[in-house]
This record gives sequence, C-alpha cells and structure tokens, in this order.
Amino acid sequence: MSKIVLQIDGRDVEAEQGMTVLEAARSAGISIPTVCHNEKLEPYGACRLCVVEVQGRGRTNLVASCLYPAEQALAVTTKSEKIDKTRKILIEQLLAHAPDAEILQNLAQEYGADKDRFEKEASFCILCGLCVRYCSEVKQNNAVGFFDRGATREIRFVPELAAKVCWDCKECFALCPTSYAQAAYHLTEALAFPSASSQLSSAK
Amino acid sequence: MDNGKIDKIIDKYPSDSSSLIQVLLEIQSENRWLPKEALAKVSERLKVPLNRIRHITTFYKAFSVVPKGRHEIHVCTGTACHVRGAKRVLGAVQDATGLKPGLTGEDFRFSLETVNCVGCCALGPVMVIDGEHHGKLAPAKSKDVLKNYE
Ligand code: SF4
Ligand code: FES
Repeated sequence: MSKIVLQIDGRDVEAEQGMTVLEAARSAGISIPTVCHNEKLEPYGACRLCVVEVQGRGRTNLVASCLYPAEQALAVTTKSEKIDKTRKILIEQLLAHAPDAEILQNLAQEYGADKDRFEKEASFCILCGLCVRYCSEVKQNNAVGFFDRGATREIRFVPELAAKVCWDCKECFALCPTSYAQAAYHLTEALAFPSASSQLSSAK
Repeated sequence: MDNGKIDKIIDKYPSDSSSLIQVLLEIQSENRWLPKEALAKVSERLKVPLNRIRHITTFYKAFSVVPKGRHEIHVCTGTACHVRGAKRVLGAVQDATGLKPGLTGEDFRFSLETVNCVGCCALGPVMVIDGEHHGKLAPAKSKDVLKNYE
C-alpha cells in the first residue's frame, strides 16, 4: 500500500492510502470524539460527532472524519470554534433521546453541552447502528435491524432469529451506548418467545 | 399463501438480492400482505438477511406486514378534502366498518387507511376503494358506496 502525507492540525501525518481521516488522526495520536465508530465495523456516519474541517477547492467544509478518505496533502483541522459548536449541538440532540448515557454525559461535560436544551424525546436509542452492524458484520446473525423510516425509524430484534441466537450471544448489549439494545431484546423476548428466561427462572 | 406459489414467484426472477423488491411487490399484490413465512422463504431463496428484508418491508408503505382485507379503503384527509368535510366522511366510514385507520376487520372485508391527497381535490371529499375513486362524498353517501364491496 502506498503512503500518503496529509496535514492534521498543521502537523504532517503519514497514512496509508485508503485510510479515513479519523484513522489517520488516531494513528498519529490526535483524538477525535466518536459515538458510532467501532474499529471492527464498517464506518457508518450516524452520530456526526467526528466532524472535522477539511480545506479544499478554496473553502472549508465540515465532514465526518470516520467516512472521509485521507488524501495526499489534505489539510484537516480537528479543533476550532465552529467544530466545537457543531459537536455541542449534536451532543445536545443525542441527549434529548438518551439523557443518561454515560458516553454522552462525558462528552457533554467536555463540550459544555446542556442536556436540557432540547425537549426530551426519550427513545433511548440514538440510532448509532452499532448493534445492527455488529450483529450483521461480525456475528453474521442479522438478528437485529432497523425498522421503519424517518422520525419513526427504530431498531428491533427479528423474533424468529433472536429466539435462536441472542441468548448465547448478547454481545451487542455492551456496545450499545444507551442500554436500549438490551431493553429491546428483553421486550422482544417477553413478547415473542418468553420461554427462554422463564425456563431459567423456573430452574432456580 | 402456500409455499409453492411463493416459489413460483421467486423462480421468475434472478435468484439474488437484486430481485428482492420485485419479488416482495408481487407477493404483496397476490396476497395483499406479506406473511412472515413468506419473508423467511424469500430470505432463504434470495440470500438476503431477514433483518434487511424487515427494514425494507417497513420502509416502503407499499408493503404490509399485517393482514389486509379484501377491499382497501383510503379516505383522503388532505387539505382540500379536509376543508370539504373529510372528517365526517371518515367518521361515517369508521362507523360503518367499525375500523380505525390502519386496521383490518376480523371478517377481512375491509382495511381502512387515511391518505394525504390523492390528486383530485376538485372531487373532494374523496375516498378510494381498491383503486376506484369515489368523489363528492357526503357521510351518508359514503356508507352507501361501501355496500358495493363484499
Ligand atoms: S440500540 Fe443502542 S447500539 Fe443499537 S442503534 Fe440504538 S443506541 Fe445504537
Ligand atoms: S463516528 Fe463518524 S459519524 Fe459517528
């Protein structure tokens, strides 16, 4: 693979062709906050917290660094007033859905975000897609997926599949920033195949 | 809908993911809704994971994953029809069928939906049943119209 050099925060950073800006920055020890990113999974671009500024064609653009490909001589800024402000609003929006999520609370502190800025809409899921992607890409179980669209889009477990595979896996629970994956699973279990846990409790 | 029928539909198309929407649409129009056994079959034959099929079938409003009646009633509640009394027409239809929008009767005679504009505002209030338009409705008249659908 060929090497390229780009500038991140004024520093020359060496990267491999095909890396994203986020990967290049992290390999050079420059930190960029992320919520929906996971090294094991394909980048998804849901949370937008990884926004950075790139200079190109005479103007500065805000882009999601987890998706943006690193290019030769690309000039990237990871900290600026505009970036901080954008991240602050994004965190505030996510907090409206999941006010108690630890990762969001920590980010809120860092960026001075106000968890009460937007009216609460307690969906708990922030649609980061970590559970869905992990289940499909790593486990290849495809037991959890997105349903519906737009404002009513949500994750749900597919009962037929969840009944077979989830009890012995549950690995997405730990990935979920808000515990909603776990809640959704238990709801599905209680509604569609209550035997799994009741067998367990009657065995006690 | 039996398995043989579903297989026959799937056989008409290349058996890969590119046929998914076509296959689903055809099952939908044959059967009026997509039972989960059919989705499992499609998933197996076209090698598309079930969670993707579920996403697609809930994404497009053309698909229904709950049973539908023999006749689909769409009462327009768009602005023009609303102004011309769609609310009362809807009320009369709800009364006559015992259904709320989004529901299907136990006898599978009717499914009721509301829509936002069917493109013939001059005929408002409008109700569409199985693709047939009924315009200039009044509550009593809309009840009469329903009698033509068994
Ligand atoms: S349930 Fe959790 S992991 Fe899954 S999309 Fe929602 S927030 Fe992300
Ligand atoms: S980490 Fe880039 S959008 Fe979430």
